[in-house]
Amino acid sequence: MTALAPIAMQSLLATPALAAALLAVLPGYRAAARLNIAASLLSLLAALLLLGARPAPSPLFLVDDLNIVFLVLNSFVGLTTSVFSASYIGHELETGHLTRTHLRFYHAIYQVMMFGMNLALIANSIGLMWVGVELATLSTVVMVGIYRTHAAIEAAWKYFILGSVGIALALFGTILVYLAARPVLGTGVPAMEWTLLVRKSGALEPALLNVAFVFLLLGYGTKVGLVPLHAWLPDAHAEGPTPISAVLSGLLLNVALYALLRFKILLAGNRGTVDPGVLMAALGLLSVLFAALMLYRRRDIKRLFAYSSIEHMGIIVFAFGMGGPLANFAGLLQMTLHSLTKSAIFFSVGHTAQVKGTQRISEIGGLTASHPLLGWSLVAGVAAIAGLPPFGIFMSEFLIVSTTFARGPFLAAALALGLLVAFGALLTRLASVAFGAPRGPVGPVKASYVPSFAHLGLVLGAGIYLPPPLVAWFQHVAVLLG
Amino acid sequence: MMLPLLDTAHMLAGGLVLVSFMMLYQDRLSALINLLALHALVLSLAVAWQAWIQNAPELIITAATALGFKAIAIPVALQRMIKRLGIHREIEPVVGISATMLAGIGLVALALVVMLRTTASAAPLAREDIALALSVILLGMLIMVTRRNAVSQVAGFMSLENGLVLAATGAQGMPLVVEISVAFSILIAFIVIGIFLFRIRERFDTVEVQALDQFRGERR
Repeated sequence: MTALAPIAMQSLLATPALAAALLAVLPGYRAAARLNIAASLLSLLAALLLLGARPAPSPLFLVDDLNIVFLVLNSFVGLTTSVFSASYIGHELETGHLTRTHLRFYHAIYQVMMFGMNLALIANSIGLMWVGVELATLSTVVMVGIYRTHAAIEAAWKYFILGSVGIALALFGTILVYLAARPVLGTGVPAMEWTLLVRKSGALEPALLNVAFVFLLLGYGTKVGLVPLHAWLPDAHAEGPTPISAVLSGLLLNVALYALLRFKILLAGNRGTVDPGVLMAALGLLSVLFAALMLYRRRDIKRLFAYSSIEHMGIIVFAFGMGGPLANFAGLLQMTLHSLTKSAIFFSVGHTAQVKGTQRISEIGGLTASHPLLGWSLVAGVAAIAGLPPFGIFMSEFLIVSTTFARGPFLAAALALGLLVAFGALLTRLASVAFGAPRGPVGPVKASYVPSFAHLGLVLGAGIYLPPPLVAWFQHVAVLLG
Repeated sequence: MMLPLLDTAHMLAGGLVLVSFMMLYQDRLSALINLLALHALVLSLAVAWQAWIQNAPELIITAATALGFKAIAIPVALQRMIKRLGIHREIEPVVGISATMLAGIGLVALALVVMLRTTASAAPLAREDIALALSVILLGMLIMVTRRNAVSQVAGFMSLENGLVLAATGAQGMPLVVEISVAFSILIAFIVIGIFLFRIRERFDTVEVQALDQFRGERR
């Protein structure tokens, strides 16, 4: 078992890299979609194997209790999205939205993106982590523009401009951390090694770390979708192919958040720095309140759920910003469940938009009557994301609000207000889309429900019963996060 | 012996800030691209100088990419492109030159104050270099936000990225510097090709970002 661990870690990178190369030359789209699924499955198996046995950290790579959570979640959603993508893409090809050449490109880039995310997650060097996040971001930029409509190109351009500013800020922050570490850890690779940085964080120059964190927060925060920097997110979600919206919301935002958390731990080990949690909690709360209000004015269904992602990333960043074992635990749970739920919603929304031929909320109606399976899975997803019991998100949101109450009643009240406002907006929109007389085309839909049901089943299961090993594991990670 | 070495490094880094300021108020597109070439030339000199005083021969690769690619290939391609697009004579109104310049001065002052205070313990060479590099980065962002034209936004991004390369070479011995600088160059090439391709396919009739705004989903 232990002997397999280094191989599992290498295959986390090698599988997507090889698959991307193969997919770039493979002509048939059905075979490509299958290969895409197979590669994602292999990545998931590798991640699961790492759960049991971990390789010793090297200067470049590291698997520890924190990133294994992200790795397993990432490769699981990556797999289900590739299954959804296979049926989604078939329809796009039939309707002529995408050509075969586009599809070859699409599948190759999908694996490049998975490679970038895996690289960011298992990197021990903060420079390599930056490279991974940027690779994943830039590959999604290309995907967002793949339809080549006016709107898609505008969305991709905006995403690129804001994303590249984020890239620059995050790299500058990384350089500053290196500068702070160089006198202590020596020139070269060791001064970028996260495990060494954390061990020696008390000896690093606090003022430099403070400034570095501001740059990292703004840089990676752009990708998390925190509010003053969120402008790319709704456009990118609305104009790209829906599998990409699912991956953006479910995975890429988490990977950027993971990078932030690493640096938060680094700062927490130094007594002289400001508390990074305060900054994170403030930006998180702002995101929740802003996104909740913006939810009311949305007319495009994918944009609606993009704003809901901003709201949820706000909740999660707020929870991690508050810190402490309980808030961190709730934050981790919320993050996991949000990834699962939001991607499930995008699976349903994708098929809905295909059958109705539009993303406008006013032209979609009575979905539960015309397409019961699709309609009800959307209803279940929205109920879960809005925080209704018995779904798991109810529990994690409840935990976040109640732990905050003990420490800052006003903060808790503001957060609860944001949650309620968002709840109202989501349910009003859901009512018009899912119930009432059917609007728009009611033709049959060729959909794969397995990914969506698998995700919602897990979210429902988590709300009813959390297995003790999972709780113990998350509690352990929550303590690590400080 | 040490002092003139540092002075030259500071002079080149300061020159980069100066060229950034010139880009800030340049309203003619082709002149802006010429300035961009000058920017990359100064960068390549600065990086080559760092390679020499740090005894880091691999930085020569970074300097050579800056010279061959960013100072020659990309500006030539951009000049030809704006001619083909018929926007080479266009004058782009830069809103409030004096206000923009004041904002630029403010940003440079901010960068110097923040970086010189916080890097008290770092090596003196790295200290000033990183402060000037941050000035170039912030000025690059200012260029990006004050412009509406896609080509000049790319010019702003390239100057910003030159600032990053300067910062990375200034932080002595940082791993991955060469790889990152080459990767950035490839990225820029793709963007330039992208802008050009989309114009050929007539997906949009102008490269003005303002015109793109009307296609936003909320106003459809």
